[in-house]
Amino acid sequence: MSATLLKPVTSAGAHDVERIRADFPILATRVNGRPLAYLDNAASSQMPRQVIERLKHYHEAEHSNIHRAVHMLSEKATAEYEGARGRIRRFINAAEDREVIYTRGTTTGINLVAHGFGRAFVKAGDEIVISHLEHHSNIVPWQMLCEEKGARLRVVPISDSGELLLDEYRKLLGPRTKLVAVTHVSNALGTVNPVKEMVALAHEHGIPVLVDGAQAVPHMKVDVQDLDCDFYAFSGHKMCGPTGIGVLYGKAAWLEKMQPFEGGGDMILSVTFERTVYNRIPHKFEAGTPPIAQAIGLGTTVDYLDSVGLDAIYAHEQKLLAYANEQLGELKGVRLIGTAPYKAGVVSFNIDGVHPHDVGTILNEEGVAVRTGHHCAQPVMQRFGVAATVRASFYLYNTIEEIDQLVAGIRRVQQIFA
Amino acid sequence: MDSKLLYQEVVLDHNKKPRNWGSLPQPTHRAEGLNPLCGDHIWVSLNVAGDKVTDIAFEGDSCAICKASASMMTASIKGRSVGEAEELVREFRDMATGRLDASAPNHLGRLTVFSGVKDLPSRVKCAVLPWHTLHAAINAEATVSTEGEADPVPGSWGDTP
Repeated sequence: MSATLLKPVTSAGAHDVERIRADFPILATRVNGRPLAYLDNAASSQMPRQVIERLKHYHEAEHSNIHRAVHMLSEKATAEYEGARGRIRRFINAAEDREVIYTRGTTTGINLVAHGFGRAFVKAGDEIVISHLEHHSNIVPWQMLCEEKGARLRVVPISDSGELLLDEYRKLLGPRTKLVAVTHVSNALGTVNPVKEMVALAHEHGIPVLVDGAQAVPHMKVDVQDLDCDFYAFSGHKMCGPTGIGVLYGKAAWLEKMQPFEGGGDMILSVTFERTVYNRIPHKFEAGTPPIAQAIGLGTTVDYLDSVGLDAIYAHEQKLLAYANEQLGELKGVRLIGTAPYKAGVVSFNIDGVHPHDVGTILNEEGVAVRTGHHCAQPVMQRFGVAATVRASFYLYNTIEEIDQLVAGIRRVQQIFA
Repeated sequence: MDSKLLYQEVVLDHNKKPRNWGSLPQPTHRAEGLNPLCGDHIWVSLNVAGDKVTDIAFEGDSCAICKASASMMTASIKGRSVGEAEELVREFRDMATGRLDASAPNHLGRLTVFSGVKDLPSRVKCAVLPWHTLHAAINAEATVSTEGEADPVPGSWGDTP
């Protein structure tokens, strides 16, 4: 079904941005009489017609609960739900479908590991290693775990350009380290971390690694077997998919040993008042009725991204990033925050003498949607001595003209506050 | 909402040259105001003698809307009675949240330059924070947050990615 909704978006590797934009109805929106320049993709991306149609078709023709009844709709919904899991498995190149757990999003995936792994394996005196670049969702669950267990949180420092300091990371790994939890791409700065190397270093000590891939999976080819990470979490809504769905990849060997996250229906094999036998993975971690439509929609989303090509998307965003760096670099009074050599399509900046929220309000007036604030990464803000930044983040449908629109907006801000 | 309506000359001027900036040495009343989401953070101190606000000052770190609102607030409160100040707090909140009865007389005067925030829900708390903080100072509450119950806007812009 979903395959017939898809049409080839590109030919021979060319990234035809106008053709891609035609897939996204919301991009035709006008704001204050100006075309919308949607540059808030790191917060949430837009959905193509193909995914919207797939959700609509599910609700109109296929909806029922899964893994339960024997009637036609239940079997149809179950087949589509599990079929999507298989397509997502291929998309991240996991070895087996059962290593792909549906979650509500990255946050839930990380909390699942903090609970299922942390409760089982972390003791007083143990250490969890994270980095200074983490989103709150990859800090707070570990803080909560450490508090509960009497364990200690260790933080890998970063450089003035926002690069993780690998030598410092090496020094933090030791016999007390129980887990490394690190982001693949910084949401606030765009820094791409050398996660493959970090996983290898941790594995030398037998330490498992969780990667927060919320900002990576949408924008670059991710191969979890090549990275050799033990856990990898990401969200649907940042990769052109629906909200309310995400994925936690975990190596089967770990998932088998971990405690369930939530108890309820579907995660059990049998229940008596004396004893419950948990279901096999991944179902052990999918208690209750899951977001079925959203999971199926995510299957269509990965088909869509594959049809465009992650390599083409990555190359396109790098082009936008280079142009944005050049244009913003020429503006007096604009300070770029996060200038690591290896970055995803995220530009974080401040304008001298103007609070980011005032910048955001005036940019909105110009039709430009950016994020302003601390980006749920307050430690990153503290590291750079700012309360907040303005963040423009790019995706497959953004254009050079939209960056020009952003630059014109910044000039207008500077005029108003001159 | 045209940002020109919000970022008017008078607002930009108060942002650049805030009136009554600083803190009073030994104020009779003082409170701290915080918008955790956007980081607006101000302190308002005042001296009340009898029923009269004899002096008022503010300082902190905030966006232009918050700073200008605080600056204009101090200018309009100084010399008024506590009762008048509280009435102005109510009128300003009502204006910022679009609940002001346009047919009834009010004392807002030049403060109506902030009426445009009612169309920008995410900026309402920037404009209102100084007034919340003044109210807290008068009523001897040490800190106030617009994320709390006093939030004039339904819902909350929590800690989103």
